[in-house]
Amino acid sequence: MTKSRIFWGIVAPTAAIINSLFFVYIILKLRGVEPIEMFKLMVSYGFDPRNLVSEINQTVAYYMAGVAAAIGFKMLLFNIGIDGQYRMGAFFGAVVGAAVNLPPVLHVLLIILVAMLAGGAWAAIAGYLKVKRGVNEVISNIMLNFIAAAIIAFLLSPNLLGSLPEGSQNLQTKPIPSSGQMPTIKAFEGEIYSFLFIAVVVGIGYWIMLNKTVFGFNLRATGLSFRAARASGVNAPRMIFITTVLSGAIAGLVGIGTLLSDTHSYSMAFPSGYAFTGLALALLGRNHPVGIFFAAFLWSFLERSAPVLEFEGVPPEIVIVMQGTIVLSIVIAYEVVARINLRQQQRAVGSANSENQIPVAEQVKETK
Amino acid sequence: MSTNTNSAAKPGSKAKSFFKSPARITLLIAGIFLIISLVEVITGATDISSPGTSGATLRFAIPLLMAGLGGLWAERAGVINIGLEGMMIVGTWTAAWFGYLHGPVVGILAAAIFGLASGFFHAIMTVKVGIDQAVSGLAINLIAAGAARYLSGIFFPPVGGDRTVSPPVETLPSFSVPFIAPILNSIDEKNIFLVSNIAGLLYGVTKDLSVVTVGFLLLVPFTSWILWRSKFGLRMRFSGENPMAAESLGINVYRTRYIAISVSGMLASLGGAYLALVASSVYREGQTAGRGFIGLATVIFGNWKPSGVFAGSILFGFTDAIRVRQAESVTALILAAGIVALLLSIFYTTSRRWKPAASYFTIGLVALWINRSVETIPQEFVTVFPNVATLLVLTFLAQRLTPPAMAGMPYRRGSE
Amino acid sequence: MQLSNVREISSVLEVIGVEKRYPGVVANRDVSIQIAAGTIHAIIGENGAGKSTLMKTLYGLIKPDAGQIKVFGSEVNLKSPQDAIALGIGMVHQHFKLADNATVLENVILGSEPTRFGFVVRYEEARKKLIEIAENYGLDIDPDEPLSNLGVGERQRVEIAKVLFRGAKILILDEPTAVLVPQEVDELFANLRELVKKGLTVIFISHKLDEVLSIADDITIMRQGTTVATRKPNKTNKKELAELMVGGELPKPKAGELKVSPESILSIKSASYFRADGRQILDGVNLELHGGEIVGLAGVEGNGQSELIELIMGLIQPASGSVEVLGLDAATTLTREIRNAGVAYIPQDRQRDGLLMTAPLWENRILGHQFAEPMAKSIWVNKGAAMEDSKRVVGEFDVRTPGINVLASALSGGNQQKFIVGRELTGDPKLIVAAQPTRGVDVGAQAIIWEHLMQARSKGAGILLISADLEELFSLSDRIAVMYSGKIVSILNPAKTTPEDLGLAMTGAKSA
Repeated sequence: MTKSRIFWGIVAPTAAIINSLFFVYIILKLRGVEPIEMFKLMVSYGFDPRNLVSEINQTVAYYMAGVAAAIGFKMLLFNIGIDGQYRMGAFFGAVVGAAVNLPPVLHVLLIILVAMLAGGAWAAIAGYLKVKRGVNEVISNIMLNFIAAAIIAFLLSPNLLGSLPEGSQNLQTKPIPSSGQMPTIKAFEGEIYSFLFIAVVVGIGYWIMLNKTVFGFNLRATGLSFRAARASGVNAPRMIFITTVLSGAIAGLVGIGTLLSDTHSYSMAFPSGYAFTGLALALLGRNHPVGIFFAAFLWSFLERSAPVLEFEGVPPEIVIVMQGTIVLSIVIAYEVVARINLRQQQRAVGSANSENQIPVAEQVKETK
Repeated sequence: MSTNTNSAAKPGSKAKSFFKSPARITLLIAGIFLIISLVEVITGATDISSPGTSGATLRFAIPLLMAGLGGLWAERAGVINIGLEGMMIVGTWTAAWFGYLHGPVVGILAAAIFGLASGFFHAIMTVKVGIDQAVSGLAINLIAAGAARYLSGIFFPPVGGDRTVSPPVETLPSFSVPFIAPILNSIDEKNIFLVSNIAGLLYGVTKDLSVVTVGFLLLVPFTSWILWRSKFGLRMRFSGENPMAAESLGINVYRTRYIAISVSGMLASLGGAYLALVASSVYREGQTAGRGFIGLATVIFGNWKPSGVFAGSILFGFTDAIRVRQAESVTALILAAGIVALLLSIFYTTSRRWKPAASYFTIGLVALWINRSVETIPQEFVTVFPNVATLLVLTFLAQRLTPPAMAGMPYRRGSE
Repeated sequence: MQLSNVREISSVLEVIGVEKRYPGVVANRDVSIQIAAGTIHAIIGENGAGKSTLMKTLYGLIKPDAGQIKVFGSEVNLKSPQDAIALGIGMVHQHFKLADNATVLENVILGSEPTRFGFVVRYEEARKKLIEIAENYGLDIDPDEPLSNLGVGERQRVEIAKVLFRGAKILILDEPTAVLVPQEVDELFANLRELVKKGLTVIFISHKLDEVLSIADDITIMRQGTTVATRKPNKTNKKELAELMVGGELPKPKAGELKVSPESILSIKSASYFRADGRQILDGVNLELHGGEIVGLAGVEGNGQSELIELIMGLIQPASGSVEVLGLDAATTLTREIRNAGVAYIPQDRQRDGLLMTAPLWENRILGHQFAEPMAKSIWVNKGAAMEDSKRVVGEFDVRTPGINVLASALSGGNQQKFIVGRELTGDPKLIVAAQPTRGVDVGAQAIIWEHLMQARSKGAGILLISADLEELFSLSDRIAVMYSGKIVSILNPAKTTPEDLGLAMTGAKSA
């Protein structure tokens, strides 16, 4: 059975990508362009060294979102609040980072810690509401995303925590001094965020937590069978809350790579949409640390290479449609596979039952 | 052997029944108007009940209403439609484009048809294939947004728009209610305390009404009628409350859900059409601005009833309107709300219900303090008021809410 | 079977020689009943007697493999519940199918709404019809009442109204009193008598002898899949019925010499428990278990056994009374601590509560033991130990599996059970809570499991054995406690109990 799991584990995502490519192929054909040429263009543009660098940097951010989503998924929790949690983490990380002056490594660690705390605390709201009030975490997180954006927009005003540097239209937080900055790695004619290493650490930590610790065992068990986990002694409400906070803490790190190595302050220019991306990557990567990495790279690759299509008269947003169809195809594929497996299992159980003949005893019957 | 107590009457039902009689409700509304008029005089924020504000309220409310009704139709049948935002985008784009090509009426029709199709797609994904409702909704949001921008980039530039804005579309006819509107206008201009305020408010919603607005407003009683008077509505409600029970009585829950979710998409899409054709006369990227999600909020706020969705969308439309028009009105409104809260706390004290009395008292004090200390409430907070309000309702009023019992939960035919 | 002509004409429903087989199990064999018109006919039997299979067959949910069913004198072939309803057979389910957020009227007419133009519901007409039915049959229901206001007895009346609305002439009630308190039972019986006075027929499935004797006109006893006998209440008594239900001779105990230690392993005093909807599930339960003994818990499923188990494991808390497990107060101790103190748990539903079906076998070895050595070392899972020990369990308990990396779902039910038992009996637990430990297990494996349980007993463990298998209960137990309606109604000595003693206790008959 394990062999078939690996098989489906690779086939399903691959099939989804191919399906989506096919869909885009048709759309491009309708546009009157030659799809294969477009794909080739995208690939060569995407692998151009300068673009590779920004793709890798974006991958780092997407990877965090994916891992955050995956932690939730392992417990069947849908963390759509990643958008709000990431903003909270980036904002407060930037504000605290700019307000203190510590020796270099400590300064960076503090920023990372604050980001995780902020993200985790924001997620805790939804977690608390779910555990104590039974509030659907999807709805509450959607609301909280908007609220987070509003709070931060408010705090970014010049007389509060924001500032308007000369020559810039964007309100931003005060800049983080150099002790709170992370260096970049010069490669491929560009600069890669060294936060990449933190991402690797997070990935490894995620895998270790999940597979080696008792907490991870309990997390997975609760996701696999709530009742069995409960009967084995797992405290379900507490698990739900802690997992939500943990997911939020990782989500808080999504914007930190950019913050520490590039912008050094938070502004409204920080993009949104990480929630859906994170969820999509976790699905595509099957909640596996390596799978999520490849999915994150694919995503950044698609986004970075899309503009080249514009030169051929194809609006680059076609790539968004592609991403959406990949996600749909993947979940459909998973559903179909699950049904096939279920039917297989039912057949197996049926034949197994016939091994266990329960003899029917003879008895005395009365005439009526 | 102990006796089994029948489940007691639901908490808070006594307070609810107090407000049930029409006479008392009119009294309540009149009371609120009195307070608002007083507050206007005190604070000089005269815009709260002006015709401009009420007109703007209606304009802001309609898209929310349509998104809300869309959410209602889906949730009543058992599916939470996270894809409302995407379906609204479908409506804005198709209404603008087909409206540009063949006139606004065709635009509305196109929005309806494409909305129906997107709803049906969501239904197939969630009901037949059985994927997670939230994933399907989110995917639709993404695909719709991407498709709209892609298609805009292709179709708009050659004809006078650009990749983010469509070429302008003809507007639909609007009218003012004959006889009544001019009378209201003259009363308003006379500036008599209270009476003029009410007249002004009513004038704002009786002049320059679009036919579309009237049509959409009629969908509220129509939805009520469907839900509580029609065979389909009864079956739809049970699909959301207890699909297994419905199945045991021979009802095809899948088919009921297909229809309900398709209509949900159509309604959201028509809300988008309103944005493109009535509230403005173009499609603009980002036009929907999260209204699809606010639609979900109004469903909760309105306790899953069409009248509640209407009330919620009016409330949220109102706060949007005053924010845009005159920011000081917001603080004045908070003062009014504070006074209402204090009066409520007095009411509850007289009926000896200490807990609600204390809460309303605190709310009243906080409201007064805000009014004293802040000149204008920051824009961002007012924008996000619907979200906060919904979260508060979910947190504190959870027992009073009556969502469809099985909304959002997976269901497969034949499962027990 | 000879039938007199007179009987044939007045039989409204006849079942002749019906048989139903499933892979490995004969659910119904040679089932024959005649239900006379205008009577209340009770069908009694204990767990596994075949009552629910028969009932599903009568309602069209199951197609029999052999035999005939005759309704109002003519043979019928029921393919679905719709067929049954068309013939006038209505089923009142044990688990109500009602929506709280709707009125009584809406719940009753759903699916059979009278309409105008096929679209608009004629609520007025429906309301009149429902009121008429209610008055006619003495059902106290208010069509416009929201269902959420209704208590259990009232909800059952709505379910009855549902079938009457659709023109049922024969009503089948499945364990209707299982969810009712005595007062509601009286109300129900009054309703049933009213229905029968008006010419309807009621088939009543139950395991409660007292009730059945008071309400039924005829009683058919089922045992092990077949109909054993039919009696009239005034021509029989509880003893005879109990004996017919349980069977001829009971197995003899095998467990061997009893060496009970004075140490109290489990001490339950006056424990009561209420479900969320207010229904009382446990009513002053008293039970003592000492080391070195096996106490069997007998009783028809649904009399509180599951809740008692959850109390012992610390999964739920008693409303009053105390539950002491190995000296720990189960109400305030975490489940994991209870387990760590030396409590093993073999759950009744192995697939839902005992295994992670989509996880490999060695991970399932950890389940339930992840909070202590050897499966875990502080915060780390000890994969090596888990794999090692899984292999041992597989060997010792003869678990047929290709390996310990396969998913639990790949194993047959019997092998899954063997693995669970092997896992739980590891480490010399002091208290073993074993619920249906050999369900679905073949004879050979059953013997192995019994052997291990008896070994644990001789090593000083206390075992609470909950089982519906009388042979298992009688072979292993030193004492048998019988549960009925949330109480322990009697403690029996397996060596000296007669079937009627057991049957009477299990069916709640006060001493005959």
